[in-house]
Amino acid sequence: MSEGLNEPWDLLRGFTTARIGLGRAGAGLPSRALLDFQAAHAAARDAVWRPWDSDGFAARLELAGEPVLRLDSQASGRADYLKRPDKGRRLRPASRDALLAAGGGGADVALVVSNGLSSTAVERHAWPLLGLILAAIREMDLSLAPLCVIENARVAAADEIGECLRARAVAILLGERPGLSAEDSLGIYLTYAPAVGRTDAERNCLSNIRPPAGMTYTSAAFKLRYLLSESLRRGLSGVDLKDDSVAESELGFSAPGLLE
Amino acid sequence: MPYSIAVKGRHFQFSDLKSLLAKASPLRAADELAGLAATSELERAAAQYLLADIPLKQFLDEPLLPPERDEVSALILRQHDRAKFAPVSALTVGEFRDWLLQPEHDVTSLAWGLTPEMAAAVSKLMRNQDLIAVARRCLVVSRFRSTLGLPGRIGSRLQPNHPTDDPRGIAASILDGLCYGGGDAVIGINPATDSPDNVRALLNMLDELIRRTGAPTQSCVLAHVTTSMQLMRQGAPLDLVFQSIAGTEAANRSFGVNLAMLGEAREMALSLGRNPFGQVMYFETGQGSALSADAHGGVDAQTCEARAYAVAREFAPFLVNTVVGFIGPEYLYDGKQIIRAGLEDHFCGKLLGLPMGCDVCYTNHAEADQNDMDNLLTLLGVAGCHFIMGVPGADDVMLAYQSSSFHDCQYLRQVLGLRPAPEFEAWLAAQGIDWDGRGGLPAAGRLLRQFPALLGAGAAA
Repeated sequence: MSEGLNEPWDLLRGFTTARIGLGRAGAGLPSRALLDFQAAHAAARDAVWRPWDSDGFAARLELAGEPVLRLDSQASGRADYLKRPDKGRRLRPASRDALLAAGGGGADVALVVSNGLSSTAVERHAWPLLGLILAAIREMDLSLAPLCVIENARVAAADEIGECLRARAVAILLGERPGLSAEDSLGIYLTYAPAVGRTDAERNCLSNIRPPAGMTYTSAAFKLRYLLSESLRRGLSGVDLKDDSVAESELGFSAPGLLE
Repeated sequence: MPYSIAVKGRHFQFSDLKSLLAKASPLRAADELAGLAATSELERAAAQYLLADIPLKQFLDEPLLPPERDEVSALILRQHDRAKFAPVSALTVGEFRDWLLQPEHDVTSLAWGLTPEMAAAVSKLMRNQDLIAVARRCLVVSRFRSTLGLPGRIGSRLQPNHPTDDPRGIAASILDGLCYGGGDAVIGINPATDSPDNVRALLNMLDELIRRTGAPTQSCVLAHVTTSMQLMRQGAPLDLVFQSIAGTEAANRSFGVNLAMLGEAREMALSLGRNPFGQVMYFETGQGSALSADAHGGVDAQTCEARAYAVAREFAPFLVNTVVGFIGPEYLYDGKQIIRAGLEDHFCGKLLGLPMGCDVCYTNHAEADQNDMDNLLTLLGVAGCHFIMGVPGADDVMLAYQSSSFHDCQYLRQVLGLRPAPEFEAWLAAQGIDWDGRGGLPAAGRLLRQFPALLGAGAAA
């Protein structure tokens, strides 16, 4: 915006990420502002629609020596996944059978990775984050079920997975709904005593994991470790389990209250 | 009672009125998700034939949800005005559509003579152009510091949201919006947190800003009604009570509200004496909300939405806003479904007598983009929509969705010759602010002097 004297926009932009002071062409946006918006939307759309190379991800995990289970949700493709959240919450029968076969002995914790609503998020952040989480679980001396890799899952798919594996708690890492300012946010949802039919009030959530702008991997792994150990100790998760880890942490990272 | 018909050699049967309404609805994801949608285009056409022959009176005799178990159903029957209904009381749904399309018929006076189900039913037989043509003839005027809904005008809600409610960030977005002539309907903030202290601070800031600038508009912080009531008791300067509402008692319960609570909140706001015209409520709605709360009772998404308008009109709102594409693709899948729903909601709201605006919007996982929003925006401008949203650059950085921008409102005013509310238009002229993109932008620095939260920045500039 160039007309007028004493224009404050450069300073005011420091107070908000909102698209202020864009100027105009007639009643429309100037070309540069239009192109910036469209590029941000394109990145968000690509994150939603880009397929996730889950085979590659699972192969990489196996190469690192981790037992892996490949699972399928009932959603048949991306459009079905977006329209039918109920299908993304449930497993196909073959996947259920595979879990039941693998989960005989039970485990303290099960981990699930899915692209969720952003393949970009899981491609970018799941691998390094998972490394820290696995290290934390080993340090805590907890037994871990085989890692589950599943495309097109909703958060609640972890309930059925955890139930079949007879896990005491389950954590699912998945891509969050992309916004214009961030298309690669990863979330983690932790549920104690997973079973089909759990509600969101019974989960704890870590959101906006996307360093450097959002939560760092170290911080996310630290918080998950705290929530997991408290959850197993107290036998619950969700609104009654507050994330007090920040107060106890030396990380100096202040994340907002992490409940959804 | 089951309904049956043969169409093009195929036989179709529908178990009851609810199912007939659902299957006559133009396709949308919400009804598919609920398992209520027609399973073929021909089944939809068959349902529409049968719906066209239903007498309007039948909706009075056959409530979709039992009034003894659903207070919205009871309210709908209680509201019905038989005298106002008289001109159309003998008509079927199909005949009612024909009646509405006659330009000499007074559609405005009908409002309290109609039930939401009648409005929803007839909308299902109407094309988009019908929805536009009839809504345009419904005159609904609402008054606070500005007058909205006058012919040839369109208002905008200035929506200056900020991810952490930083008052400087919010003030910066408000200043931006005013410089484009936005904000005559309301300056309305969705707070990042609903805590009373936070909401009170935002209310105080908006109140001071409106007084200092003299802008003839009103403020709203979109907190839960119980938060607003608590703050009113403590004397906070609250212009409009906000609440999200839905079309069944159970869905409203999931929002933590009921009719008695809304009535109590309205009485409290009236007692503050801030609006002599008595319109002190701001409601938001959206197709799919009852389904998402698992509280639709087998009623399709669009009919549930129309039922929410009975709740709204009971409390004489200043503004009602259908947040049409916010809920996501599992309810409205793409631009086509969002556009249709926006026009239906605006039509049903206006027909039932509401000051109906629309948040023309979408999320990034819906099959929609800004071009679809341009289409809906333009159609609503033609339809005489009460107000639209004005968000900086159409990008809401707190709610992470895309809506209409300050620029979009200027575009609409320019291409359709629409003007802001008259009081606001006069204020803009006094400030030297152009509102339709034909003149120059004002020097923001002049207005900035009225913004205490930003004065430091202004001095530095």
